[in-house]
Amino acid sequence: MSDHPIIRVQHVVKTFGKVTAVNDISFDVRAGEIFAFLGPNGAGKTTTIKMLTTLLHPTSGTLELDGLDPTKHQTDVRRRFGVVFQDPSLDSELTAWENMDIHGVLYHVPRQIRHERSEVLLKMFELWDRRDDLVKTFSGGMKRRLEIARGLLHTPKVLFLDEPTLGLDPQSRNQMWTLVKNLNKAEGVTVFLTTHYMDEADRVAERIAVIDHGRIVAIGSSAELKQQTGTDSLEAGFLKLTGTSIRDESATAADQIRQVSRVWRR
Amino acid sequence: MSVIYVLWLRELKKYVRSRVQIVASLGSPLMYLGVLGFGLGPVFQRAGEGKYIQFMAPGVIGMTVLFTAMFSGIAMLWDRQFGFLKETLVAPVPRLLIMIGRTLGGATVAVLQGALIFVVTLIVGFRPASLLAVPLAFLMIALIAVIFSALATALGSSIKEMQGFQMVMNFLVMPLFFLSGAIYPLDGLPRVLGALTRVDPLTYGVDGVRGLLTGRTHFGVALDVGVLLGVGILFVIFGAWRFSKLEA
Repeated sequence: MSDHPIIRVQHVVKTFGKVTAVNDISFDVRAGEIFAFLGPNGAGKTTTIKMLTTLLHPTSGTLELDGLDPTKHQTDVRRRFGVVFQDPSLDSELTAWENMDIHGVLYHVPRQIRHERSEVLLKMFELWDRRDDLVKTFSGGMKRRLEIARGLLHTPKVLFLDEPTLGLDPQSRNQMWTLVKNLNKAEGVTVFLTTHYMDEADRVAERIAVIDHGRIVAIGSSAELKQQTGTDSLEAGFLKLTGTSIRDESATAADQIRQVSRVWRR
Repeated sequence: MSVIYVLWLRELKKYVRSRVQIVASLGSPLMYLGVLGFGLGPVFQRAGEGKYIQFMAPGVIGMTVLFTAMFSGIAMLWDRQFGFLKETLVAPVPRLLIMIGRTLGGATVAVLQGALIFVVTLIVGFRPASLLAVPLAFLMIALIAVIFSALATALGSSIKEMQGFQMVMNFLVMPLFFLSGAIYPLDGLPRVLGALTRVDPLTYGVDGVRGLLTGRTHFGVALDVGVLLGVGILFVIFGAWRFSKLEA
């Protein structure tokens, strides 16, 4: 592992109207590590990922991914990362193979490499036998696996996973993390993940940043965080850092659509 | 080019695979053809305007194209949050290519759907004046499809809430259809209505298709094509601009 940071975030602020979603955060992610962003709902995790993945511009502060500014070098930055969003972004009317193939074309992966790598990844993620089935027939866990496989097709340097295990059963979650860890080792890809499951962060991440109300309240390895908070579990440490009050967020337009999508089971 | 091609192909594959949707979308055109065709046919004939099916078939084709194209915009709102659109928004590809691929795909589907209705009108008794004009009429139909697919892209990029689309359907799509002269002749209309029909791009589309297929036209095919090309360029630019501003 080199000490050169693959992601550098300095004094980043993001406001939406009067709401400050991210309030002056700074951190580095080292190349090749698994880095977890841990925080309660509405803490600013997704907003941070959206800024790093060029979907949102920060209000102030600077971002760097592999030495490039996502706001200035959008295309170059986009080539360097793969991302699995919180909400699904597969085409459910297409097959697993077609989803992979379109991704390959969008990322200018030459046909031969595209096909070889799709095969390797689909096999690794145990989806090869189902490659010609429509994605809408897949289970939640299979869809998530396919999204991760797809995100890796263009051999990115960084893989962003925004709450990848949300809504999955314990078996699928377990399998998912084993895969992610293996992958991190095999390909050396840096993994930036968000979760609000303490045990997951504890299990897979080398370093953890705890974010709350748009601020980073602690950062370090799991052992360091436990030591820092004087607790013996990450969960107790987390609650000590972020408090026990429940976060009530007001529903956004996205939440409304999410509601509708549940009704339609898409 | 390959980017435009795969996105176009994607829309087509989805269309071919959704047989239920194809059948369902034939519902309202069939209803208009059946109910209005039989209901208003005798009056139309008595007024000395000839067979109503000859008049309204191009209108119903235009309506089908309009509805199909606009629905692709509704799908986009969904797609942006829960679908494939987000995947394309972070791809290292200019947004313009994505917009073109999607719009062409949506437009192609709309043309196919129009062709399907064209066949249906033939079955219920519509007779084009000359078969040679049919390919030309389809070029016109393609133009209508591109215009409304581009408009749908612009709206899909601008509206954030589901309810917004209810508004679009009621206050834009339905008026576009009813003001287009699809189901009634444009001559002798009250002043206000006449003026409104003239700002509706679909009016020129339906008039052009009707002119080519039956020889009956209000503005003349040349003017129709001119207006459609102008509006088309405008809408494509507008759609591309809105799409480029899209934040997920």
